[in-house]
Amino acid sequence: MPISNEFFKGFYKENPVFKLALGLCPTLAVSNSLQNAVGMGAAATFVLLCSNVIVSLIRKGVPKKIRIPIYIVIIATFVTIVDLVMAGFAPDLHKSLGIFVPLIVVNCVILGRAEAFAGKNSVAYSFIDGLGMGIGFTFALSAVAVVRELLGSGKLWGFPIMGSGFEPVLLLILPPGAFLTLGLFVGLFNWLDNKRTTA
Amino acid sequence: MENKFLVSASPHITDKESIPKIMYGVVLSLIPAIVGSVYFFGVRAGWLIVLAVVTAVATEALLQFFMKKPITVGDGSAIVTGILLAFNIPAEVPWWIPVVGSAFAIAIGKIPFGGLGYNPMNPALLGRAFLLASWPTKMTIFTTAPRDGTLSGINAASITDFGLETITQATPLNVFKTQRAVLETSAKAEVAISQLYDSYGNLFWGKVGGCIGETSVFLLLIGAIYLIYKRYIGLRIPLSYIGTVALLSWLFGGTKGLATGDPIFHILSGGLILGAFYMATDMVTSPVTSRGRIYFGVGCGVLTVAIRLVGGYPEGVSYSILLMNLSVPLLDRYTRPKTFGKVKEK
Repeated sequence: MPISNEFFKGFYKENPVFKLALGLCPTLAVSNSLQNAVGMGAAATFVLLCSNVIVSLIRKGVPKKIRIPIYIVIIATFVTIVDLVMAGFAPDLHKSLGIFVPLIVVNCVILGRAEAFAGKNSVAYSFIDGLGMGIGFTFALSAVAVVRELLGSGKLWGFPIMGSGFEPVLLLILPPGAFLTLGLFVGLFNWLDNKRTTA
Repeated sequence: MENKFLVSASPHITDKESIPKIMYGVVLSLIPAIVGSVYFFGVRAGWLIVLAVVTAVATEALLQFFMKKPITVGDGSAIVTGILLAFNIPAEVPWWIPVVGSAFAIAIGKIPFGGLGYNPMNPALLGRAFLLASWPTKMTIFTTAPRDGTLSGINAASITDFGLETITQATPLNVFKTQRAVLETSAKAEVAISQLYDSYGNLFWGKVGGCIGETSVFLLLIGAIYLIYKRYIGLRIPLSYIGTVALLSWLFGGTKGLATGDPIFHILSGGLILGAFYMATDMVTSPVTSRGRIYFGVGCGVLTVAIRLVGGYPEGVSYSILLMNLSVPLLDRYTRPKTFGKVKEK
């Protein structure tokens, strides 16, 4: 498989959120504004990239039986870095993401890639895989967030977009709105898939 | 050889009843309440109903057209959804509220699940829940007093007795909730609540504020009797629902302690009659077994009283029915009747 495929599969074919249904917890929780979504996506991408590389580097020396604890320790290291850096340089974002930054440790996208890909492939492939998956995850979060922020508060990236006559659909900012939007996106992806396979 | 027999799956009883016939029967039964809503709240209420119905029908037709499915709007179920949704909104909402609500009810609550017969929740109530969560201020402001009546149902002459200006600004259940909250501190709260209890007449005829279709118990009951006579709805759900509300509100809704509540006030006010007869009994979203229907009604009643007395909202009919809708598969499973002649395994 050419290396470019490993990069692009994260966007559509194996999109972690819309196709693999991984990492739904942060997708639902922090997709109420585009800023939060991109911040979360960037943090997760950084952790994913670093953990994929390290896991791939040490993959031959890791005993099979204790690989999960080892992966978790690696991931937790990078999450701690992200957590402290974010608290230091983007305190507002850190505050609004709250508990979901430390929870990246148990983000199933990251652990899933370490287990399913980085533990079995070379460093270069794992790096590209992590980058593609991370961007795909960010893309999914942002897609949900754009819909929710635009309709739910009439803003985008914090700036008012809709006219003054627009009445924000409060529900979309609330938790049910996350489930609704995510469900519609998953439906859209499945529909596109069906169209491709039947055409 | 000529085929003389029609081969089909059971049951083999044929009847003139069909989905369209039942749905238009429900529409017919709602006509007294529609006329009443226009009488009490003005022509605007009629326009809101028309908008909701047209949107519901158009949404269903458009979606089915684009999905290349057979277009089934002729069965009238979208019309019923539209009317019931409009019945659940105040008379002074902006025109787009019933439009958005109806579109949501059909496009999210019904079509994605497979259309009529597959929706897990009552689409009209889902639309209302969506509107209430999205535009809470627009959905809870009642300013149009009904013709010949007051918003709270208390006679205008006696409102001044306890000098509360704000009492004219709210529906009966709003007054009940706010006054009950200050029962400990305000001497007038008890007077206000007893005044509410004296307004049975207004509540029964519909001369109180509220959502446009829920206020007149009398007109809703006319339609309900027709539906029961035609056997489109059974009595198990409405009676167990209303009975539970009566019992629990009598036990816990009082101002002087246990068993001093006023069950009649709680039955007549809010959307209980509309909900119990028209929405909880929805054939698609209620249990099929007899015992299941009674549990369903009791569950709705418990939740309604819980929301009215201790929850954050003054009225809980719509949320309680939606919550119980979700428990229907479970109820059906656990109340499945024993197969005739089956012996219990040892």
